[in-house]
Amino acid sequence: MAVETQVSSSEENGRPALDWQAIGRELFFTALVAFGLTFVLVGMQTADRGGELIIIPRFTDVVYAIVMLTLGRFGYIMLRYRRASFVLIASLAAFGLSFVLPFPSLFLETMCMVGGLLIALMAVVTLIRHRPGIDMRERDRAMDRAAARFQELSRFIGPILVVFAIILPFLPFMDRQYIDIATLLLMYIMLGWGLNIIVGLAGLLDLGYVAFYAIGAYSYALLAVSFDLSFWVCLPLAGVLAALGGYLLGFPVLRLRGDYFAIVTLGFGEIVRIILLNWYQFTGGPDGIGGIPRPSFFGIAEFLPASRDGITFAELFGIDFDPMHRLIFLYFLILALALLVNMVSLRLRKLPLGRAWEALREDDIASQSLGINRTNIKLAAFTISAAFGGFAGSFFATRQGFISPESFTFLESAIILAIVVLGGMGSQLGVVIATILLIGLPEVFRELEQYRMLAFGAGMVLIMLWRPRGLLAHRDPSILLHGRKGPGADRIEAEQKAAEATR
Amino acid sequence: MSALQKTPLLEVQHLTMRFGGLVAIDDVSFAANNREITAIIGPNGAGKTTLFNCLTGFYKPTVGCLKLTRDNEDYLLERMPGHDITKHARVARTFQNIRLFSRMTVLENLLVAQHNKLQRASAFTLAGLLGLPAYKHVEQSAVDLARFWLDRINLTARADFEAGNLPYGDQRRLEIARAMCTEPALLCLDEPAAGLNPRESAALNDLLLDIREEIGIGILLIEHDMSVVMRISDHVVVLDYGRKIADGEPEAVRNDPEVIKAYLGEEDTEELPDVIKQDVEAAAKEEN
Repeated sequence: MAVETQVSSSEENGRPALDWQAIGRELFFTALVAFGLTFVLVGMQTADRGGELIIIPRFTDVVYAIVMLTLGRFGYIMLRYRRASFVLIASLAAFGLSFVLPFPSLFLETMCMVGGLLIALMAVVTLIRHRPGIDMRERDRAMDRAAARFQELSRFIGPILVVFAIILPFLPFMDRQYIDIATLLLMYIMLGWGLNIIVGLAGLLDLGYVAFYAIGAYSYALLAVSFDLSFWVCLPLAGVLAALGGYLLGFPVLRLRGDYFAIVTLGFGEIVRIILLNWYQFTGGPDGIGGIPRPSFFGIAEFLPASRDGITFAELFGIDFDPMHRLIFLYFLILALALLVNMVSLRLRKLPLGRAWEALREDDIASQSLGINRTNIKLAAFTISAAFGGFAGSFFATRQGFISPESFTFLESAIILAIVVLGGMGSQLGVVIATILLIGLPEVFRELEQYRMLAFGAGMVLIMLWRPRGLLAHRDPSILLHGRKGPGADRIEAEQKAAEATR
Repeated sequence: MSALQKTPLLEVQHLTMRFGGLVAIDDVSFAANNREITAIIGPNGAGKTTLFNCLTGFYKPTVGCLKLTRDNEDYLLERMPGHDITKHARVARTFQNIRLFSRMTVLENLLVAQHNKLQRASAFTLAGLLGLPAYKHVEQSAVDLARFWLDRINLTARADFEAGNLPYGDQRRLEIARAMCTEPALLCLDEPAAGLNPRESAALNDLLLDIREEIGIGILLIEHDMSVVMRISDHVVVLDYGRKIADGEPEAVRNDPEVIKAYLGEEDTEELPDVIKQDVEAAAKEEN
């Protein structure tokens, strides 16, 4: 604040004069904070050396971190004084140096690179706009508009993405690892879309979605292993059983609201996991269930090098056996399931049921006054969403071939919820983007090792700071009186601006 | 147009609502007719909104009977769950602090109001999910009804706007239109003119009179604005501290000493501090 006032008081060629004393003070405090933050956390590494815990000092890292942070702050201050071209050159130099300098760790090197780029970006913005940065509300509005436009485009982006997903496995660079990642991503996208019905549309904070996922997985595993039923029989059964679970949970829970509701669903998720863990005779407890049959090619052919009874997929099409066939089949299976979930939820949004969900989210008292039976509507949300979770669960079981309660911890629920919330509640495309960010990037950056989760956390904090209502928070109307080109289409933006101006 | 003559629509008998030791409504009985606007007035805290909440199922009355007669059939509102009151007995309401679905569009707000009709037509979602033509047809008729009310409240051009972004007066009117889209037999309006400017208020009066004349339903109205009450209501019920203190034609109620006392305070000035007592006496002298 002190700096700000001095900036306006003394001007020199339209740029404020440098107040070295204030700058020095600010840099000193930055360095002090950086020291406090890094001295213990970065500077001391504990290691296990022959059964005894020792501390390895890493003070060079600390020095690097402090110098980098202080320099970064200096660039930031200089931007405030509108020395943008200087900052631009310096930050680009820092970016370039990050490749040359001998950094003690990969993480610091990445930080230097990213930091240099970020400050350079801020300098460019300052140069263009002739004032430091852009203010918060302006940025929010610009981002809202961009998100709204993107959402508008989603009518085209959606089909393009689907086509891309279909040809993806046949692209030349796709190997086993990429197919696996793509399948994993689709699983989370499907779970996100399923949870989106409860959280995004009906506005109920469900912290125990993984329970339905677990019920689906165990239903499939137990039915397939004990009764030797095929995947295609078990899939709908698993969905039905999970839906039943959702219905049963629904009854006691739906009288609750807000925080209490969230806590009970959290409890339900844990109860299911603990039952799976302790009912040894039935579920195998912590040993899990192994040898879960893999899906066949619609019950016609098996994905095996040779089959004892029946034909193999390779024989059916007269091609050579390749283990990739099954992976690609699994990929298409989850793609079809995910698209099914997407289609059903998009349809539901335009039906009275979907509108009633959204009405409940907006104002449940008003919904009741319009004759909407809140209990039935919420139960429907739970049941449908749970069935989708169950489908995803049985796919998980058949893909892994082995399941144990460890796969269904609260962390799983939290990640699925994070996908829905970060994507923008109720937005289908938002779920896809959030999944790629939250699941895809950590998979790709496995080299970062333990810093992977740190980057995950930092990414989440950043998104929440910049887009507190999620990446794509724009809501697409479920029905339009005047059509897409009607007076509503463009005026929605104008109206929003007007509303914000009066706020 | 069910019946052209005024027939009894709602009968409130010995309604009492207690919250612990607090008696919000104390043995109130009155009747409201079809094709009539019945105003319920009274000072703040008189129990008007509580009465509405009992009528629309948000509260269960401690004692009393709420009988609604529609198409020669009686509905005992106090025994019905809240959503069934709107669905079967066809009582619709608006709220003192507007409760629109603010992130949904104007049209969507009006379609949510027709939920039960549409839900049945979509065979509880199944037919709708398959996109059967029968459902499409009913949905179109629902949009037509919504459009009818949008035309009535001059919001057709803004049908695709988010309801929360509308100006205050439009939101008030939209809430009434939404209640009307449930096709009610009794419309309960909780201070519809609050916060409106004189012109909007006059437009609201016309709208309510039209609803009474053309749709032929009964309207129950809570209102503080006496000009609205006196101009449009056929029948006024006055509540004070949960008791009914007057009931009758607007003219008669206006001159009722009990009502004047409730609104302007006791005539007897014994308990007032001296300074105020002198002021009151001086004012009385001037009037004489």
